[in-house]
Amino acid sequence: MNQQDKYRIDLPPGKAPHTMGRRSFLKIASSTCLLIGTPVLNWSNRSALFAMSPDDKRFVREARFYEKLQHSQVRCKLCPRKCVIDDHERGYCGVRENQDGTYYTLVYSRPCTFHVDPIEKKPLFHFLPGTTAFSIATAGCNLNCKFCQNWQISQVTPEQVDSYYLPPKKTATMAKDYNSKSIAYTYSEPTIFFEYMYDTAVEGKKQGVNSVVITAGFMEKDPVKDLCKVVDAIKVDLKAFTEDYYQKVVRGNLKPVLETMETIRNQGTWLEIVYLVVPTLNDGEKEIRELARWTMANLGPDVPIHFTRFYPQYLLKNLPPTPVSTLEKCKAIADAEGLRYVYIGNVPGHPAENTYCPKCGKILVERTGFLIKRMEITDGRCPYCKTAIPGVWRI
Amino acid sequence: MDRRKFLKKSMILGSAFWLPRFPACKEKKSALSEKSRVIVAQDPAVLNKRSVEGDKLLKLLDNAVQTYFDCDHPVDAWRKIVQPGEVIGLKVNCLSGRGSTHRELVEAIAERLRQAGIRESDIIIWDRLNKDLEECGFKIRYKGKGVKCFGNDAVGFAPNLQVFGQAGSLVTRILTNLCDGIINIPLLRDHSIAGVSIALKNLFGAIHNPNKYHLNKGDPYIADVNSFPVIRKKVRFTIVDAIEAQYHGGPSFMPQWRWKFGGLLVGYDRVAIDYTGWRIIEEKRKEKGLPALKEEDREPKYIFTAGDADHQLGEANPLKIETIKI
Repeated sequence: MNQQDKYRIDLPPGKAPHTMGRRSFLKIASSTCLLIGTPVLNWSNRSALFAMSPDDKRFVREARFYEKLQHSQVRCKLCPRKCVIDDHERGYCGVRENQDGTYYTLVYSRPCTFHVDPIEKKPLFHFLPGTTAFSIATAGCNLNCKFCQNWQISQVTPEQVDSYYLPPKKTATMAKDYNSKSIAYTYSEPTIFFEYMYDTAVEGKKQGVNSVVITAGFMEKDPVKDLCKVVDAIKVDLKAFTEDYYQKVVRGNLKPVLETMETIRNQGTWLEIVYLVVPTLNDGEKEIRELARWTMANLGPDVPIHFTRFYPQYLLKNLPPTPVSTLEKCKAIADAEGLRYVYIGNVPGHPAENTYCPKCGKILVERTGFLIKRMEITDGRCPYCKTAIPGVWRI
Repeated sequence: MDRRKFLKKSMILGSAFWLPRFPACKEKKSALSEKSRVIVAQDPAVLNKRSVEGDKLLKLLDNAVQTYFDCDHPVDAWRKIVQPGEVIGLKVNCLSGRGSTHRELVEAIAERLRQAGIRESDIIIWDRLNKDLEECGFKIRYKGKGVKCFGNDAVGFAPNLQVFGQAGSLVTRILTNLCDGIINIPLLRDHSIAGVSIALKNLFGAIHNPNKYHLNKGDPYIADVNSFPVIRKKVRFTIVDAIEAQYHGGPSFMPQWRWKFGGLLVGYDRVAIDYTGWRIIEEKRKEKGLPALKEEDREPKYIFTAGDADHQLGEANPLKIETIKI
């Protein structure tokens, strides 16, 4: 069996895998998208969304978190939206459907993209630096952020993108074969493919592969607690620190996200936070200070927080990219409030991409973009002053 | 304009010039004509037990459309909606299982379109998914001389994001690329979230992400989606299939809350149509001892939003709606 056959994936009937030409690859690889974390996706060179067989039973599984109501209605209990869904209708996420009073996920084993990424791209800076993550996503999201950089997969239904059939066991095997230390559930919003993510994480554990979740954290407490039992790290995209922003820009709520982060911390799962700084909308000094103080009080000083640069996308094209000076101001506020690991993201080459020892100030991990140039942490400690550096540095 | 388009347009214009002339429709000069006109046409005989009487339905349709345009001849009325040589889409609603758009009504409309100069192969019956259309009893057809029928999933969505107000969506290529005009053929029914689902909400079937727009009872999203330039421009006319209607438990098919309305709501102004349809549903709910939609916190406020100064999609003020019952 040659390598190509080994990784051949069973596509739904009538679908051929998309291949990417040299021109397309170069175009995409050279774009700034790479710098800001957009995955190199199979759909990226397409001008429109196309559908696939909507009724493939391989992708349909009964949902884990819901309750049945009268007249064939159901109430989803996976995210705080708690959609009440009529028969033959779908929830806000677009990937869960009420079929005759039973609620189903339509994206089990149905990623629309997979890719091998540096773990730094997620970004997770304190979790196995220098390793790769086998990264997957399905269609759908339970939010609708106006700045979404992956809206072509997150804001669509499963029928509107080409997908693969990649069951949990095969996903874990592929991750292992690609020498990835982790499977990352990312790009769109893994909450909405919870069942697939959970089972894949379990399968990964059996095969010695970690699981990391890249999420907005807009999830009910029970699923979060279940998830923490099977995954190794979670990065939460905290979109802002005001309810107003969450309602107007994200179409969600802040409070459940804060509760999610507390739950993750209490469960002992490694947590990092990303805060996308959008000029004029969530970059106020007061807001950043309140965020830093809340983090200190509820999560502690050791949770890394990444202030990342916004680029105009999707429905927010009328704003400029975040000035680097704004990011530096956010970092300065968080530093002053006592957070120990405050990073600046999407600014390749910025010194705040590095990890510094909070005690002696020496560089412990030197980064440029997603590359690790120097790794000094030894046995979880600063080699110079022996201060313990929180994180998962070795398997 | 390239050579192919030039020839096509020349042929269309040429053929239009030689078309037989029907008697002109009367011009109505009364003050009422300044209002948005909605025709509520009813004939209980169109529904015989569970089957639709095709000839009676066609007569009802003709009466409604002729009354709307004040024309003596149905084809003359249809010529005010479409022009020979155009490609016309019929946006049905197939999401209510047995309660979906009646095929007999679609066939009657297609027949009149043919007589008004639209080629059979230039008529496209469409909804979201092929699967939905098939479950509704339509046969999928992509090519050939007959009427075409397929879902958005067959052709995908145009790549340019349409944005208005709070909504941002891709719009089906059926609407953006294939059709010159759309006849909107919604249902008259209750909706558990939005209050009612009639003409405005039926256009959710044209976008890729309707699941995102049920927040706040669809307000302002339903009005915003209808305000996308391509939708605003191409929806030519609305014919509500109210042969059977549903006053509660919608949009799912709930036989215990359905009644034989035996009628059609017809007009250009889909805001006025929605307002009129909403009042009909409210009357039926009252008759059945159900609370008003407002009491159930699902008053369809999006109808008023659609009529406001930002959207200007039509008339939601009852004083400015002329309802003609026939």
